[in-house]
Amino acid sequence: MTERFSRDRIIGILVLLPSIILVGIFVYGFIVTTIYISMTDSNTVQQLSGTQPNFIGFQNYTTLFTATVDAGRFRTDLVNNVFFTILFIIACLVIGIGLAILLDQKIKGESLFRTIFLFPMALSFVVTGVVWRWLFNPTSGLNALPTAVGLPAFQFDWFISQDQWLKFNWQSLPTIIAIILLGVVIFFALYFWSHKRSQLAAFVTGIAILLLASLALDIPSRFNGLRNPEAKGFNLALLAVVVAAAWQMSGYTMAMYLAGLRGISDDLREAARVDGATEFGVYRYVVFPLLQPITLSAIIILGHISLKIFDLVFVMGGGNNIQIDMPGINMFFTTYRGGQTAIGAAIAVIMLLMVAVVIVPYLWSSLRSEVQH
Amino acid sequence: MAAQTLPSRSSSGTTRKIGRIVIYALLVILSLVFLIPVYMVLVTSFKSLGEVNLATMWQLPSSLDFSSFGEALNELSPNFANSLVLVVPATVISAVIGSLNGYVLAKWRFPGANIIFPLMLFGMFIPYQAILIPLVQFLSQIKIIFNPANGQWTSLYGSIWGLILVHVVYGIPITTLIFRNYYAEVPNEMIEAGAIDGAGFWRLYWDVVLPISLPGFVVVIIWQFTQIWNEFLFAVTLIVNPASQPITVALQNISGSQIVAWNVQMAGAFLAALPTLLVYILLGRYFIRGLLAGSIKG
Repeated sequence: MTERFSRDRIIGILVLLPSIILVGIFVYGFIVTTIYISMTDSNTVQQLSGTQPNFIGFQNYTTLFTATVDAGRFRTDLVNNVFFTILFIIACLVIGIGLAILLDQKIKGESLFRTIFLFPMALSFVVTGVVWRWLFNPTSGLNALPTAVGLPAFQFDWFISQDQWLKFNWQSLPTIIAIILLGVVIFFALYFWSHKRSQLAAFVTGIAILLLASLALDIPSRFNGLRNPEAKGFNLALLAVVVAAAWQMSGYTMAMYLAGLRGISDDLREAARVDGATEFGVYRYVVFPLLQPITLSAIIILGHISLKIFDLVFVMGGGNNIQIDMPGINMFFTTYRGGQTAIGAAIAVIMLLMVAVVIVPYLWSSLRSEVQH
Repeated sequence: MAAQTLPSRSSSGTTRKIGRIVIYALLVILSLVFLIPVYMVLVTSFKSLGEVNLATMWQLPSSLDFSSFGEALNELSPNFANSLVLVVPATVISAVIGSLNGYVLAKWRFPGANIIFPLMLFGMFIPYQAILIPLVQFLSQIKIIFNPANGQWTSLYGSIWGLILVHVVYGIPITTLIFRNYYAEVPNEMIEAGAIDGAGFWRLYWDVVLPISLPGFVVVIIWQFTQIWNEFLFAVTLIVNPASQPITVALQNISGSQIVAWNVQMAGAFLAALPTLLVYILLGRYFIRGLLAGSIKG
């Protein structure tokens, strides 16, 4: 019996083997190759003439972060991507939970509403991009909507807007990051202190003092490798991409939250109501705490989508609009239009690292909790 | 349920009624906002070329004009066919592989599976830019397509077969995940009962597991169909010849050009969206299940 079972287990491994090999080559093998290419000077001219690329170490990465060619396009991409990611996640979470709460009120025709809020998920980002490009027409489109009810037309150039908020100099970025970190650390110190976890509070306060000291000594600015000032900021044109992307993806967060809300029993809420909680209080003290794990999952899923965003921006900007340019677009154009394979590979590796930072802990924790069950 | 409201809140009847009205009003307004792009696609694509202009962008067409659909079909129908040729085999193969993998991982646990499975899953989250350059090099080295016209062998790069291979391979993680979670719900007793009757690996799969797999297949097929139909990065990188490109790339091409009028672009967007939209409307329940599979485990 056991003998036959172990034979069947070997058949099982053999069935899985081709997939393991394919993923091994196409994911891990290719990632290693990309990392290697990013450390060479490989380009299309070399490939056509058959010359071997030279190994140049981390030079391409230094170029991306410090070279002044093309006005630091890659650095703009990173800034764009960070602002886009933050706004996109906030928009999807707020709209998603709002829709989910509305739909959770025992609504007649719930499935119709759900269908309407979720259908954009079935579309391609390319379709979304084409349609919203037309809607974002500055002289008409969405801007003209208020005139239907007699209001003045809205004035905003959407994805071709040149306006910029929160302007800063890239050279002071290390200092800015240190200040933001300091704020976060102080927040946690206060949090731990108020929750009477004095050891952690003392530890975090220690970090805060170190950060403060390094700021006082102007240490962070030494991490800047850029020679000349370079203006960066939040390009308002990104709002157009946020609107289109949130239109497409907020139904997804709605579906996640709705699944979570349906998992919270009516008895639990009724118990809170009997205890005198208002409808708002039921959400504040019973429902929202239970939805926290879903919020975390949603942030991770949305975050990794926005870090990789490509198609939507490609269609809206076509790679020619630096205001909404993203690392994924830059990689494509650098590699396949500019012929600079190695620099494209370096951008791809940085993208992979950004996604891995978000995804690896998520995979780790969700599979570990599964084992515990 | 309603009877359980506390008697102390005597005015709660009217407050409740007002609350309900507000909730429905909000839902209707939000629905209308979500449907703005649909309205725009429909009114624009049913206008004639002469009627498409910025001043009357929001107005209904004065008469239904189908010429933009004719022109969009003319432009895009070869690419629509390419997408079908791509999506159907890629989806079917993905589903079969996913089902077998899921069966192994759920019912024939072996040492090391706990390491291999997460390593596999990571493959569905990576930015595909990180594998794109070696992928193109690899595909252009695999010369296995025979062209009878000139008697030469060409590579997978630039061919729809290469794209099918790519979608099958990068679909392995998600299809395996969905089937693994699906089969995990199947009681082990069912397998063991079959095993006592003398059935082996394949017999158990064929007689016990496969007959109850239909919902799993529906979820995976819908998921892969939608993903592959909508995909853009691989399509635009791997297929250079416009005649072989899938519909998403062709749609981006006509939208990028200044020559193609807006009514044709909107009709094209409608065409490109139609198959996945139909699937969603007809089988929405399974679509949502696939959607959540990527985020919520088990």
